[in-house]
Amino acid sequence: MTIAALAFYLFAVSILAGGLFTVISRNPVHSVLWLILSFISAAGLFVLLGAEFVAMLLIIVYVGAVAVLFLFVVMMLDVDFAELKAQMAKYVPLALLIGVILLMQFALAYGAWTSAEGAEAARAAVIPQERHNTEALGLLLYDRYILLFQLAGLILLVAMVGAIVLTLRHRQDIKRQDVLAQMYRDPAKAMELRDVKPGQGL
Amino acid sequence: MIQADLNVVLPEIVLAVYAMAGLLLAVYTRKDQLAGVLVWLTAALFTALAIWIGVTGDGARVAFGGMIHDDGFARFAKVTILLSAAAVLVMGQDYMARRDMLRFEFPMLVALAAVGMMVMVSAGDLMALYMGLELQSLALYVVASLRRDSVKSTEAGLKYFVLGALSSGLLLYGASLTYGYAGTTLFSGVIDAASGQAPMGLLFGLVFVLAGLAFKVSAVPFHMWTPDVYEGAPTPITAFFATAPKVAAMGLFARVVHDAYGGVVGDWQQIVAVLSLLSMFLGGVAAIGQTNIKRLMAYSSIAHMGYALMGLAAGTAFGVQAMLIYMAIYVTMNIGTFAFILSMEKDGKPVTEIAALNMYSVSHPGRAAAMLVLLFSLAGVPPLVGFFGKLYVLRAAYEGGLIWLAVAGVVASVIGAFYYLRIVYYMYFGEESEGIDAGRSPVQWGLLMASAVIMVVGIINLFGIEGAAQAAAATLVN
Repeated sequence: MTIAALAFYLFAVSILAGGLFTVISRNPVHSVLWLILSFISAAGLFVLLGAEFVAMLLIIVYVGAVAVLFLFVVMMLDVDFAELKAQMAKYVPLALLIGVILLMQFALAYGAWTSAEGAEAARAAVIPQERHNTEALGLLLYDRYILLFQLAGLILLVAMVGAIVLTLRHRQDIKRQDVLAQMYRDPAKAMELRDVKPGQGL
Repeated sequence: MIQADLNVVLPEIVLAVYAMAGLLLAVYTRKDQLAGVLVWLTAALFTALAIWIGVTGDGARVAFGGMIHDDGFARFAKVTILLSAAAVLVMGQDYMARRDMLRFEFPMLVALAAVGMMVMVSAGDLMALYMGLELQSLALYVVASLRRDSVKSTEAGLKYFVLGALSSGLLLYGASLTYGYAGTTLFSGVIDAASGQAPMGLLFGLVFVLAGLAFKVSAVPFHMWTPDVYEGAPTPITAFFATAPKVAAMGLFARVVHDAYGGVVGDWQQIVAVLSLLSMFLGGVAAIGQTNIKRLMAYSSIAHMGYALMGLAAGTAFGVQAMLIYMAIYVTMNIGTFAFILSMEKDGKPVTEIAALNMYSVSHPGRAAAMLVLLFSLAGVPPLVGFFGKLYVLRAAYEGGLIWLAVAGVVASVIGAFYYLRIVYYMYFGEESEGIDAGRSPVQWGLLMASAVIMVVGIINLFGIEGAAQAAAATLVN
């Protein structure tokens, strides 16, 4: 077994284990940590595929930002996970049954997997040759798939507007900082200097 | 090169830029006070774009390496989407303003959703399809929970979001399997790779993609979210859900099965036929017990999607034509019906109980008569326009060799007629009750009357949409 194959099995197994324990671990904080393990393993798989830029993105964005955000949310939310789990327990047998059937079906599908003639060539034809990873990705993203890239931007805009619409409240009953009023305060009007003699009050 | 490509998506660009400009304008000036103006502006722009797309386009153009198709089919769907979205926007404006829900983001989110819908119906690539679908869905999730202080509205939004995300996952999985088989995400590449006997992997991809799309059109067994979301969302938004997004999703459905999986018609035909059969019957039977008119309309829309899918199940150009005609008629009827539902109120509070309509014909004979026409048309009673819609899809199923489906469709429409006629019974022969007030908005009144008149006058020649739909279908199926 070559090193690459060994690494593949290592990463693949740890993705699966990470995914499984994300779902079944009792403590939600542990779940997030398991999730981070599967993100890192996925990044490892990308490195094996030669897509090191995507691998680094996965580490920086998913592990560095998304997972940490998850961790904060899980720690801050006051959710009784034990109660949620108890409700879930009722559906476990049914879920297991469906899961097993699905697994068998996938075994069937992937066991007899065939690709169309020329699928390999069609896949390869898109990739710019003789360029390194980041450059090739940029060429695709900003040239061939520019429309998709812009649409993704619109989707993010909708997400941002949505978050604001659903959460922002302009409250009238609180005091806000008025920067200009602060800056234009006149010491002569706002302050009074008194000479306090020793032993006497004002 | 890029010039020509951008020209093809010019209407989408105009709409997206308008939405961004509108957002900026409102944020930096009068905020929500501008909302009413923006609603009318957006509706006017929708109408202008619909006319532009309807008048200028001819022939089929392809842009961005096949990712976007601008053909007769896309144009027909886009015109229907834009016009119905415009009607729904102006219809709900008064309702939302009086209940303090009219935020300036609402028309802008609808405009962005419309961009998504336009991309959906002209997608020529699995990735473009997904982008359009997400853009549309995400905007809809937000507007569903627009009344954020109401538990029901937020529940509707959350439910829609979670289930919608699940369906997107199914769709993506199917798309990745299809890509794995064909080696390309372009529809033109998929159809070249997949013809004759579909291999197992492609079949799995097809099933997952169809499951994701069936969720978006709320076909049984992927319909569970529909009644709750329709009931929980504010009524103008329910009206929006029931019209334009349905047309977009059906258009996308037709495009995917014909453009991408057109080589394996036999394989998807049976799936679509079963979806259609289940939707028609469940929509008809489950609506009988409903007391809330919004839930009733949800089941009604499920049943109507079943009929539209019946046209698609035929797998022929005539089937697509029947589907397009059915959707156009369905949208027109729904605009009128929701205009009526929006005007149902008592002492300024919206009423959605069907029982409140008791003896409505005595207090408001004009509105009752218009609603009577619309309900008969929804039920498919001849000689109203709704009957012709059903006739087209039944004929398509019959000519496509799905005689059993056509027979089942007739049976289901008889079952479905019961609950429409029940409303008519309440309005004309119900018991004496307190009754409800007449709506105050002239726009709602106008749209209700216009839609009812169309249902009667349209029987002459269906306003010529038959030919347009035929031309549109011919560009998709060949």
